Amino acid sequence: MRLLVNGEERQVEPSTTVKQLLSSLGLEDTLVAVERNEEVVPRALHESTSLSDGDRIEVVHFVGGG
Amino acid sequence: MSEDILKIGQFEFRSRLFTGTGKYPNLATAKMALEASGCEVVTVAVRRVDLKARGADSIMTVLREGNYTLLPNTAGCYTAEDAVRTARLARELLDTPLIKLEVIGDERTLFPDVPATLEAAKVLVDDGFTVLPYFNDDPIAALRLEELGCAAVMPLAAPIGSGLGVRNPFNIEIIVKHAKVPVIVDAGVGTASDAAIAMELGIDGVLMNTAIAGAKDPVRMARAMKAAVEAGRDAFLAGRIPRKLYATASSPLEGVIGSDQDGHT
Repeated sequence: MRLLVNGEERQVEPSTTVKQLLSSLGLEDTLVAVERNEEVVPRALHESTSLSDGDRIEVVHFVGGG
Repeated sequence: MSEDILKIGQFEFRSRLFTGTGKYPNLATAKMALEASGCEVVTVAVRRVDLKARGADSIMTVLREGNYTLLPNTAGCYTAEDAVRTARLARELLDTPLIKLEVIGDERTLFPDVPATLEAAKVLVDDGFTVLPYFNDDPIAALRLEELGCAAVMPLAAPIGSGLGVRNPFNIEIIVKHAKVPVIVDAGVGTASDAAIAMELGIDGVLMNTAIAGAKDPVRMARAMKAAVEAGRDAFLAGRIPRKLYATASSPLEGVIGSDQDGHT
């Protein structure tokens, strides 16, 4: 299925979870927050949340800023 | 003297200088400058992870080592909706209720969109955030933000990154006189005297980034800002003398040599 991750199209296996997506991006050990279709997916639900075709995902972290 | 504590929501701080963490030439300089500033609160921005290039040390390593209180911002947001989403992502990242709310109205001036800021502030306060909004030096907007339940109000001194100093000290003073929550001047400070002048108006703190990070020697400027904020705070608490048009001698008028009985020479 097709996801939009940080504005880029990505192909993943059907019913991929948030946790699996983060692993495939090499982010399993990084402090990130995930939003799915404009709603935060809490960390505790990463493993149990399966993604759907066409989901818009944002993966964010903190950077320096004012 | 009793300890001078700044209370914002459930948080207490001893330093009244809040610093940003952007625009430093490198991480080592950022680390030293933050230390020299003596700040406890530092701002950070929420951005997409670059999925192509990663692995470099981030500012977060420096901040974790320094035991700072992180104040995430919604910088770069142009709508209330985006600011609310960004705030919720920041809370997910850090499990903090603190949020510096910024809703920008215009790319060139980076002036805030005040109606959108009010809209976002309401949603975030209702959602349990400790909201510190950046806004124009507008006393009425300050009151509205306070009425919505913001934990502090953060009027700008001048446009972000402009270094113009406090453009409208009278409005800032009116905001201070009316506010029941802390007033933090956010943005526009250029050098140490600007910070001292802002603090002398009776505000509770100053937030700055470019003035330190963009200085030729950020570490030295951070030290200067620490001293300026402390000096300005002390001068405010000490109570300055009134301004007068004519002179008042500091030395006794009596007993000047060669004077007659009336004290004239």
